[in-house]
Amino acid sequence: MSAAGAVLLEAVDVRKRFGGVQALAGVTLAVAAREIVGLIGPNGAGKTTLFHVLSGFAAPDGGEVRLEGRPTTGLPPHEICRRGLARTFQIVRPFRGLSVLENVRVAALVRVSRAAVATRRAREILARVELADRAEQPAAALTLGDRKRLELARALATEPRLLLLDEVMAGLTPVETDRMVALVRRIHADGVAILLIEHVMRAVMALSHRVLVLSQGQVIAEGPPAAIAGDPRVIAAYLGEAYVPEAPEPGPC
Amino acid sequence: MTGGGDGAAATAAARTPIRGAGRWLGLAAALAGLALLPAVLSSYAVTVCILIFLYAYLGQAWNILGGYGGQLSAGHAAFVGVGGYTTTLLAVHWGLSPWGGMFVGGALAAVLGAIIGGLAFRFGLRGFYFVLLTVAFAEVCRIVVLNTDALGGALGLYITFTGDPWQLQFRDNRGYYYVALGLAAGATGVAALVERGRLGAYLVAVREDEQAAEALGVDTFRVKLAAIVLSAFLTGLGGAFYASYLFSLQPNAIFGIPLSVDIIIRPVVGGAGTVMGPLLGAVLLAPLAEAARTYFAQGGRAGLHLVVYGLLLIAVVLFLPRGAYPHLRAWRRSRGGR
Amino acid sequence: MTLTLVGQAVLSGILFGGVYSLMAVGLTLIFGVMRVVNFAHGDMMVWGMYLAWLLATRLGVDPVLGVAVCAAALFLLGVAVQRGLVDRLGDAPHEMQILLLLGVALVLENSALAAFGPDPQRVRSPLAEATWWLGPLFVDVGRLVAFGVAVALTGALWLFLRRTDLGRTMRATADNPYAARVVGADVRRVYATAFGIGAACVGAAGALVSPVLPFAPGSGLAASVTSFNIVIIGGMGSLPGALAGGLLVSVAESLGAVFLAPSMKELVSFALLIGILLFRPAGLFGRRP
Repeated sequence: MSAAGAVLLEAVDVRKRFGGVQALAGVTLAVAAREIVGLIGPNGAGKTTLFHVLSGFAAPDGGEVRLEGRPTTGLPPHEICRRGLARTFQIVRPFRGLSVLENVRVAALVRVSRAAVATRRAREILARVELADRAEQPAAALTLGDRKRLELARALATEPRLLLLDEVMAGLTPVETDRMVALVRRIHADGVAILLIEHVMRAVMALSHRVLVLSQGQVIAEGPPAAIAGDPRVIAAYLGEAYVPEAPEPGPC
Repeated sequence: MTGGGDGAAATAAARTPIRGAGRWLGLAAALAGLALLPAVLSSYAVTVCILIFLYAYLGQAWNILGGYGGQLSAGHAAFVGVGGYTTTLLAVHWGLSPWGGMFVGGALAAVLGAIIGGLAFRFGLRGFYFVLLTVAFAEVCRIVVLNTDALGGALGLYITFTGDPWQLQFRDNRGYYYVALGLAAGATGVAALVERGRLGAYLVAVREDEQAAEALGVDTFRVKLAAIVLSAFLTGLGGAFYASYLFSLQPNAIFGIPLSVDIIIRPVVGGAGTVMGPLLGAVLLAPLAEAARTYFAQGGRAGLHLVVYGLLLIAVVLFLPRGAYPHLRAWRRSRGGR
Repeated sequence: MTLTLVGQAVLSGILFGGVYSLMAVGLTLIFGVMRVVNFAHGDMMVWGMYLAWLLATRLGVDPVLGVAVCAAALFLLGVAVQRGLVDRLGDAPHEMQILLLLGVALVLENSALAAFGPDPQRVRSPLAEATWWLGPLFVDVGRLVAFGVAVALTGALWLFLRRTDLGRTMRATADNPYAARVVGADVRRVYATAFGIGAACVGAAGALVSPVLPFAPGSGLAASVTSFNIVIIGGMGSLPGALAGGLLVSVAESLGAVFLAPSMKELVSFALLIGILLFRPAGLFGRRP
């Protein structure tokens, strides 16, 4: 996988249990430095839980997570962010009382300590995500599409090597979706690896070099987008066994 | 308390140097004016000003934790008490000048702040749990001091008046005036620095959404701890002045809830989370505070001023939730277009 | 001899626990239904006490009978506070709620101070001053009566919540206010009633306590702290937790008074609060806020 670059993120046999539910039942994956990896799966598959574990918001019960070879299991989120992994949230969480610029400035401060420099960097980021004209507006006043871009801008301002995007297309119109896809491509082209959870299939297929399918806490399929679309296990996971085109042989799960 | 403070104004000011210079000139003029004021004021008026400056100072110190940080502490009197008692005991037993003793007092108050903050934030206390914790700590301090004879017990400590400036005592009111003015200006400077810098940005982010802040690399525990330690240190310094100005330390007064209320009401009314808020609040509340001091304190009307404070708190929360200053600023902007 | 002392303390503690439970039930109900922490709880109790005192001294009404009046008066106060103040907050951040109720607490405590002065009062009640002997232990009739009435009131509240429509609506709203609205519950009315009942509980507790212990406007803070201690131990929003917690804390305090100097009692209360806040369980029975 040398075209995809060195391995950036590794999760090895990650397990997480909440009460009676085994949310993650041994997830192993890797993301390389130049990849965009899509993470799909039915609701409740454990995708966001996986993001929580990868970004430090939840400690796994078993397994390990490594970022650039160094273990990050059990580290707090802010430390993982400092090491180069940034994430967005499924339901966007702007700092509502602050302006768009101030929102991004907070994130930029993790890399520079001088406020004035951080402000400058924040403006640059806003320009990259095409939010520059909204810089002084209160974050609470933005449309959903703009809020998603703000969420993205904030994560970018922390200068990540790897970006975890949690359903960043959700709720967007087709036009907004296309813009977002273009934006994600630009970010990737600037040298950021991306792992994205998505339900909007056309975005996943358009962006991903590789797609992982999560179901019931396990990776059930992995491969290029086109292959995944026709994979009987994936169809079974989403729609049920009855919809798989040929009679399936008993699979591994 | 939801305002973004003067952050937007700060970035705007950074881009317009001429306007920035104008603000510095205005500030210098205001300070000069305040410095010259005692020449034309009666002794009584000077006293009123001293108290305005003192409560503006204490309020500004609280503002760093409670306003910018959004962590409501209703036990800040504990820091005043620690600062005041430390300074006084050091002066009485070891002859240490309060000018030095105040820093020891501030440091001890900071230690107490670190303990409270360390415990509270480690255990994830926020909101009303945090308020309760601060009240509990302040009351524990009060009761311990009240019952410890070595610290003066219920009678408290008395300072003999020597009028010696090295003892932070002045025969002329105006000495206290300038010290208080210096403190208030200093605390305001600290608040402005905090607001414009990284700590302020982080504090506000933590106040708004702690988890989102964590995801952006903010060590929320350290940020909150820094805020409470700084706030406690400054408040402890103020305690030294409080002791020197009032000449007597009574545990119920200096550790008590009424003082904590006095501390928080000015920034809340004036605008928590802004630099001008505590100053504006101190000025606005001065008439009431004066009436309380002179009329209400005696007779059966004790506590009436606290009733008014309570009503004021209710009114501010319902009608001016961000305090007077943000509304004033918004009103000015809509009129003059900034 | 120490055993008798300890036994006495436990008995007194249990008897007084009824009142503590009643106080805590009021606070936990308000929190459970509305997610509001009533910082003015102890100060409402103080007004219950003074009202009972007024009834006793001006009208000669025995406090145990006056319980009904105090409960009713405090109910109205609770409804007024909720409707007039808390309701207006809407979606405001929690800090606003805290400051608002702190303001109410200040007003209540200091108006009592201004009206009645700082000196402790107590209500003379023939019923309260009797004692019965139970073997080597004596039973303070005042406390026994307080216990009985408190238990009866708590039982009545339990029935109200289980058997009446409004009570069931209240529980539903506590569980899920949005869904409750969807099925047509008048949520504002539920909130007002809950606050009213919570205040009535603590007002009744105040009336019951007034012949048993001396009180002053400053008692408000101690009463609030005790209520918080109990409710946090028992679980914010849990009625059984408030009951069990009330007994627990009362017995603990009673035992503490045997072994510690009186001035330390307050200290222990606050130290306990600190400990409970830091190591708070998810509640013996309840849910986390």
